[in-house]
Amino acid sequence: MNKKTLFYIALAAVLAFSAACASATPSPTAVATAAPVSTDTSVPPTATALPPIKIGISLSLSGDFSADGQAFQQGYQLWADTVNANGGLLGRQVQLDIVSDASSPDQVQTNYQTLINVNHDDLVFGPYSTLLTKPASVVANRYGYAMVEGAGGGPSVFTQGLNNVFDVSLPVANNLNSFAQYLLALPANQRPTTVAYATEDDPFTQPQVDTVKALLDAGGIKSLSYQVYPAETTDFNPIADKLIASKAQVIVVGTMLPDILAMVQRFQQQHFNPQALIATAGPDQGDQFLTPVGGAKVAEGIMVPNGWYPESNNPGNADMVNAYIAKYGGKAADISADVAEAYSVGQVVQQAIQKTQSLDNAKLLAELHSGDTFDSVQGPVKFDATGQNVAATAYLFQWQNGALVPVYPAGATNAVSPEFPKPNWP
Amino acid sequence: MQLVLDGIITGLMAGSIYALMASGLTLIFGVMDIINVGQGALVILGAYLSYLLQQKFHIDLFLGLLITMPLMFLFGLLLEWAFIRPLKRDRTTLSILVTFAIALVIEGVLGLLFTTNMVKLQAWYINASFRIGSFYIAYVHIFGFILSVILLGGLYLLLYRTKFGYSLRASMQNRVAAELIGIDVERVSAITFGIGVALAAAGGMAYGATSSFNPASHYDLISRLLVIIILAGMGSLRGALIASLGMLVVEDVTSVLWSPVWASTVFFIILIIILVVRPQGLFGQRLVRRQ
Repeated sequence: MNKKTLFYIALAAVLAFSAACASATPSPTAVATAAPVSTDTSVPPTATALPPIKIGISLSLSGDFSADGQAFQQGYQLWADTVNANGGLLGRQVQLDIVSDASSPDQVQTNYQTLINVNHDDLVFGPYSTLLTKPASVVANRYGYAMVEGAGGGPSVFTQGLNNVFDVSLPVANNLNSFAQYLLALPANQRPTTVAYATEDDPFTQPQVDTVKALLDAGGIKSLSYQVYPAETTDFNPIADKLIASKAQVIVVGTMLPDILAMVQRFQQQHFNPQALIATAGPDQGDQFLTPVGGAKVAEGIMVPNGWYPESNNPGNADMVNAYIAKYGGKAADISADVAEAYSVGQVVQQAIQKTQSLDNAKLLAELHSGDTFDSVQGPVKFDATGQNVAATAYLFQWQNGALVPVYPAGATNAVSPEFPKPNWP
Repeated sequence: MQLVLDGIITGLMAGSIYALMASGLTLIFGVMDIINVGQGALVILGAYLSYLLQQKFHIDLFLGLLITMPLMFLFGLLLEWAFIRPLKRDRTTLSILVTFAIALVIEGVLGLLFTTNMVKLQAWYINASFRIGSFYIAYVHIFGFILSVILLGGLYLLLYRTKFGYSLRASMQNRVAAELIGIDVERVSAITFGIGVALAAAGGMAYGATSSFNPASHYDLISRLLVIIILAGMGSLRGALIASLGMLVVEDVTSVLWSPVWASTVFFIILIIILVVRPQGLFGQRLVRRQ
């Protein structure tokens, strides 16, 4: 055996060991696929005797959406753990069948084909992002499966002519409405008069920016710049420079996490201090945003819209937050809103199945279209004919003293006064 | 006018960092006739090594290169010995598969060790800037630019002023003839691969200081790096520098003057025109071999 052969054997052993270590950690899939053997006497005997309910999910565990995909995996898993600890669903344990799509719209289609046709999963839950939900919902529709999801809220998902897709979260296009309402409600002598926009050409971000732009235009806040940039952009400096050159008082950006991090850095470098800065996504990612952006002082005053926060008193929210901390560690403020979105999917499907007492997707679709209202950690869920949640509330959040706090509407649980204008960069 | 000037300065600064990353890729191709599509992953690995030294040992990003570059050089030697040298036939084609596999393994291991959360390198000079006219230039861009000049200058001296450089260029020109005159081409190849990977460490640090990244960031990077070396002419160091600067300046100026949507399109139109006129790229191999 020569040196090179020995090296390959050693390398294979190291990789196998790494994979074993990874699967030995309580990763969601590993827990989900473990045999539901339990000594917990609270679990009814039937729950372990019957085969598990298999739920197929494609998630972005690598690629551009990997951080969100993994947060979604946590949310789905927390819901499954909760259900299983309480005797399962229809007396059967829940087993998640999670596969990775690497953030690819092509792969997500293949995955759902496999989950439905090969793995014969009983139900499917949605992937992460509008971009992936669109093709995924088409596949699910082809086989008569309901596709309940939490992060595919872009308008284009609901204009495909499908009747099987349901988004439990706030409709994406309305995400920034609370920000517009807040600005327009300011006294005239405090209200900013100029705004600049930049957004990815992504079906999640652009509709939000376009909607808020229409509202602010109508409210008399003048648009000085409007840019759309390709989602694959890696150099954000020219885009940020154009925003800076506009000298607008308010900056609205349709971003994901990497874009907003780059833009904040550029604004700091160029000593540009807008009165308000809001991003469609990124600042809602807890520590995943706070650490790379440079800490609490840099984050101070940055705003983001969302439909959930850890302190909200929605049904099951406190339990979910506690379960998250017990399982994954950290603190409530670190929990990504993605976790709640995924958890809500499970809650809504669970209630619909309990009402119909059936795993039949046709019955599930009928129940979801019935106009019933469901509870979730994000608040009430009621679907319109297209599958959008018309009962959701848009909250406005702001980083204040190292915590992301609700600032609008004023009546929200634990809401505090917004910081306006935003403090200058440290 | 101000925006155009901003675009040019920003493009030059960012372009110098891409030149650093692309130089390793083009050097490896020039000597070994292999396309290292794992270069992007190696850049990200370099960024994570800098991050590790900074977080665990509080070592400055630039000083940390004194550790990460030799480490990555050794890693490059190991990769070449284990995975590249055994390729005896269809080297160019097979190397794409092998180096892509290396990239996937690196991505997987980094994901395991660091999670997929976005990371950004932190230092006083990253957000600090100084004023020139009405424009601020970030210290990190200046330092990154200087680093590129020093490393690419050093590489030039290595190639054109040392015995090893002569051996390397002889191997680039004709592998068989180089062997016939007594050059140990395998050794030259291994060292070249090591240098290419070491340059990825430097490029990774500079990239991580100016952009946030996670283990999957290499996909975006490698596509841009490949475009740069195609424009440059595969194997041309000088071309890689000019193409990097050109690409970023064209994109940034187009972005601020017109629209970010057209930034890449305009660059690719220029690329196509150049390739129609010069299929071997700006400084393609025939020219390199005459140097």
